Amino acid sequence: MSIAHELRDTWIITKRNLKRYVRLPRLMFFSSVQPIMFLLLFNYVFGGALGSTAHAPGGKYIDYLLPGILVQMVMFGGVQTGIGLAEDMSKGIVDRFRSLPMSRLAVIAGRTLSDAIRNISVILIMVAVGYMIGFRFHNGFFGAVGMVALATLFGFAFSWIFAYIGISVKDSETAQLASFVFIFPLTFASAAFVAVQTMPTWLQAFVRNQPITFLANAARQLSLGINESGAVWKILIWSLAILIVFIPLSLRQYKRQAE
Amino acid sequence: MSNAFETKNLVKHYKTVKALDGVSLAAEEGKVFGLLGPNGAGKTTIVRVLSTLLTPTSGSAFVHDIDVTKHPEEVRKLIGLAGQFAAVDEYQTGYENVYMTGLLYGLNRAEAKRRTNRLLERLDLAEAANRQVSTYSGGMRRRLDLGASLVGEPRILFLDEPTTGLDPKSRQGIWVIISELIKEGTSILLTTQYLEEADELADRIVVVNEGKVIAEGTSNQLKARLGGDVVEFQLDKLADKDKALKAVEQFSKQPATFDEESLVIRVPVHDGSKHLMEIVKALNGAKLSVNSLSLHRPSLDDVFLSLTGAKAKNVEAANKKARRR
Repeated sequence: MSIAHELRDTWIITKRNLKRYVRLPRLMFFSSVQPIMFLLLFNYVFGGALGSTAHAPGGKYIDYLLPGILVQMVMFGGVQTGIGLAEDMSKGIVDRFRSLPMSRLAVIAGRTLSDAIRNISVILIMVAVGYMIGFRFHNGFFGAVGMVALATLFGFAFSWIFAYIGISVKDSETAQLASFVFIFPLTFASAAFVAVQTMPTWLQAFVRNQPITFLANAARQLSLGINESGAVWKILIWSLAILIVFIPLSLRQYKRQAE
Repeated sequence: MSNAFETKNLVKHYKTVKALDGVSLAAEEGKVFGLLGPNGAGKTTIVRVLSTLLTPTSGSAFVHDIDVTKHPEEVRKLIGLAGQFAAVDEYQTGYENVYMTGLLYGLNRAEAKRRTNRLLERLDLAEAANRQVSTYSGGMRRRLDLGASLVGEPRILFLDEPTTGLDPKSRQGIWVIISELIKEGTSILLTTQYLEEADELADRIVVVNEGKVIAEGTSNQLKARLGGDVVEFQLDKLADKDKALKAVEQFSKQPATFDEESLVIRVPVHDGSKHLMEIVKALNGAKLSVNSLSLHRPSLDDVFLSLTGAKAKNVEAANKKARRR
């Protein structure tokens, strides 16, 4: 199957999935409401206590928080990828797809890609809400664009892990539970919300070296201009590594359903 | 001429269940091949193997002489699949569902559009074309599913219980469409639990039960195997009763029955088409005049009951239940 054929089918499935977000507005609504809620809660409830430990250049916690919340959003958003695929797998539609002379990869890639596009729109909404409550970029236009691009890229790569889970468990509730069990601690035990120095030493060792911390650091570097040596590179490498491992794994799992 | 499809000693084992236990089938091109059996007989498993969705444990399967496990991508270009659960997206419109499937078959946009419009027209969905499928009735969804399976203009169509769970009117609608496809020369594999459906549509019927083929033939051959034909005629007057019963006595082992009210005599015979003429001659010889005279062959329900015994009774019950729904 030619690459052009793979891309064409992937785009057909991407459009199909995006229609779902447009036609079922409540899906899009709740996809954005949850991170906005987190943004407001963290800023106003925890901000007073946490702000003193996690300083941004301007001294405002919201500047520190917003990149972190975006990180959390792209991570949690990936859970939707798994749920969506599990739903497709449990319905007759995947049987139809698998009986068609179409790309095998398109069903999964079309899902991860449509979720990445949705993530971009949720990120933009959150930046707008952030602006209303005092957030500002401190590193120019390209830094801002870079942050959005990097968060989207890593979210896209990570969603292939959820895709793998979704295809394997084939039911949306299990997919959701299985995904949150590991994404929740991974996201909170990171530099997304609070400074790493405030955590116990044994935990710091983990937190400093896990990819979500790198992403939070990279996002802050790009949006705020603070120096986080090598964080952007680490995220590019992590994204690539996840894609190299999980694209073939997901595809194999998708094909294996025939056994 | 090549076969539309063929299976050779197909076996599919799951951990504890033998879904298929050595199934060999061969279907002529341009004909309707009916696969009849109760729930869990293995019908869907056979369809899933032939439509490249499932790898058999052993044995082989071919669609137009192409091995489905070795060259699935070639097979997929030739087939259309419509299942018992409508495989359509709720949030897409009817038009979008069929059009998308057309694109995925590799059609260009203009061709996909042309075929989609024509199919929706034909399936009586043109008016609902731009409504989301979530507003469709069960029968409409099934017709739309059929439309999606036809947009690639498949040489062979797999219809896995296309009418299960539908009300009689919707079922009739699907039958009409299938009949039209048959006239156009599409090869069809039709699975069904409805014996009358196989009788109505299929040229050749294979009866499966517990993963095995237990009988095959045309609908007539299957009925003949039962040997339960009945010749039925109506007398002119009650006074002829004894004379008539005596005249037909020689043709049947079991006694003929007489209904006083309708004046109808029923004669159970072994080979209806042969004995029909002889009975006519015998009645003529006895100078009896009769009104109507007809040959009744048993329904496929009877065939199925006699072939599968007790298990089929459950099917009957299940069928009745499904029809009530």
